[in-house]
Amino acid sequence: MTTGAPINAPAAAPTAAPRRPIKPGRVIMYALLVLAALFFLVPVYLLVATALKSPDAINLATTWHWPSALNWASFSDAWNKIGGNVLNSLFLAITATLLSALLGSLNGYALSKWKFRGANTLFALMLFGMFIPYQAVLIPLFQFIKSLGLYGSIWGLILAHVVYGIPITTLIFRNFYADVPDALIEAATIDGAGFWQIYGRVIFPISIPGFVVVIIWQFTQVWNEFLFAATLTNTSSQPVTYALSQLAGGQAVSWNLPMAGAILAALPTLLVYILLGRYFVRGLLAGSVKG
Amino acid sequence: MKGLSKDRLWSIAVLTPSIILIAVFVYGFIARSVYVSMTDWGNDPAQALALNPIIRFTGLTNYQDLFTGFLQGRFRQELVSTIFFTLFFILGCLGLGLGLALILDRNPKGEGLWRTIFLFPMSLSFIVTGTIWRWMLQPQGGLNQAPTLFGAQPSSFAWLSSTDALWKFDWNKLPLLTASVVGLVLVIMAVRAARSGDRTRTLVAGGCAALLFLWALFIGPNVKLLPAPELHGFNLALIGIIIAAVWQMSGYTMALYLAGLRGIPEELREAAKVDGANDLGMYQHVIFPLLAPITLSAMIVLGHISLKIFDLVYAMAGPDNINTSVPALNMYLTSFRQNQFALGAAIGTILLILVAFVIVPYLASQFRTEEGHA
Repeated sequence: MTTGAPINAPAAAPTAAPRRPIKPGRVIMYALLVLAALFFLVPVYLLVATALKSPDAINLATTWHWPSALNWASFSDAWNKIGGNVLNSLFLAITATLLSALLGSLNGYALSKWKFRGANTLFALMLFGMFIPYQAVLIPLFQFIKSLGLYGSIWGLILAHVVYGIPITTLIFRNFYADVPDALIEAATIDGAGFWQIYGRVIFPISIPGFVVVIIWQFTQVWNEFLFAATLTNTSSQPVTYALSQLAGGQAVSWNLPMAGAILAALPTLLVYILLGRYFVRGLLAGSVKG
Repeated sequence: MKGLSKDRLWSIAVLTPSIILIAVFVYGFIARSVYVSMTDWGNDPAQALALNPIIRFTGLTNYQDLFTGFLQGRFRQELVSTIFFTLFFILGCLGLGLGLALILDRNPKGEGLWRTIFLFPMSLSFIVTGTIWRWMLQPQGGLNQAPTLFGAQPSSFAWLSSTDALWKFDWNKLPLLTASVVGLVLVIMAVRAARSGDRTRTLVAGGCAALLFLWALFIGPNVKLLPAPELHGFNLALIGIIIAAVWQMSGYTMALYLAGLRGIPEELREAAKVDGANDLGMYQHVIFPLLAPITLSAMIVLGHISLKIFDLVYAMAGPDNINTSVPALNMYLTSFRQNQFALGAAIGTILLILVAFVIVPYLASQFRTEEGHA
């Protein structure tokens, strides 16, 4: 595997000015970039190539070859098997994301603009919930969801995702609102606006970029989650991650099917990332608490 | 802004539902898990799924069972595996991520495209990643077939099923090893304290180290956790999973380092150049020290992810592959396939303790400094 060691690469011009004679350092730099890109892209090539093969064309000798005849049927087969789960995931991810974004926005507003004593300690205690291994709460969670009568329904899963999403959404909004000048709030207070007026007229309208970051990040997280999906649902409500693991887990599978399924399961979040990558990265950096 | 104005009450009212939810779902459930882990719920299969199971409090027996019980060798191997996995996963992500960030910092053409390529696996789920890599690491397919593209013989590395292990040690020696490592750390602390002239700390740390070494010398060798030696080490079947995990997560460290590198003011680099630093010197004395806090953040985030990773393992190697299993996966199987809830809760609690070692000091330090600024 490439571990790209540019430190040892001969010095290239640190600030690349356009149109300079090509230096050997630049050549090595591009070579390393291409090598690294191969490491990241080769699995994608294999994924697409295998998904497009017909089952009898999948054999060891031609693993790496591009299919001679494209077989799109894998996708409709995969959709027949896990299409319902994709729709489950869509409903789950959209509902849970919107609810936890709204909660996070209100929490972030309260925590950053109406600071009270102990607010930071409270916030740190909340954040801890973001890092716990869910295995440490899984059994009581399972019992609780069951006692509510929500086991096996998508609503139990939504509840879990909303609750455990509170820390990260609150964190992102809190950091976002921290950059809103307090003078704005004070001016609004002097004009006689209260907590909710300020939220509705000042904070919420300027929150759109914050919401975009949170929604993209939460959507991706909820869509990709597996542990809750595997423990809190049953066949009718299973999200796509669990369905895919069942599709790929069997022994005598023809690999075009799980590969096509993986593409179906990956497409929504991948599209979000490609279209709105900037905001995705912002959520990513917020996840390391202060970035 | 003193007293409880109406607005302030509203802000607390807004926070209350979240506080209650977190209190119940995080802290309440953790407490409940810890309690369950000290019972015998599910150890008798007949009682596991009964409507009103008879549950007896049994103290720490489940933990004792996990660490010393004859049947729980799988868990002990998993504990060792998860430590090795975390180590190599963090090293891989930091190395590759830093390398990529340093290259991108030199402004190659099409930087956005490169960044997109290196980061896209982050948007996939571990299940998707696992499915793809499971295919790539098939015993006789995928990567093992790659050399044939160049006319060479296919390789035959048993990516996910190897039973070979490196650095094996006897589980019976664990107390001895732990005591020695902790003792060494204490000695280092004592030496540091002595250098900075802190006498009480030198004495306390030195005394504790001496006690530990005495124990390790005279009592430790006779402590036996198990009747027979039990060897655990770094299982080679994990290599494939580590590669897949690095593939997925190294973009994250790249993004962190790139943000850090872009945050270094140009004047600082100029100043270093004026002082006569060459490229290497500038990295060594200016840039790397400034990236140290980022490395720490990344290590903590990656560390907690890798300690609780299990979906990737589930998707790549299947739930029943003992060679690659990790505690987080075992917890799921023990609780929800075998219905041994108490044992499962004990594994979950051990995981929580491992993660807490990483996270709590970090959160505490983050918010202590912030509270100081406020």
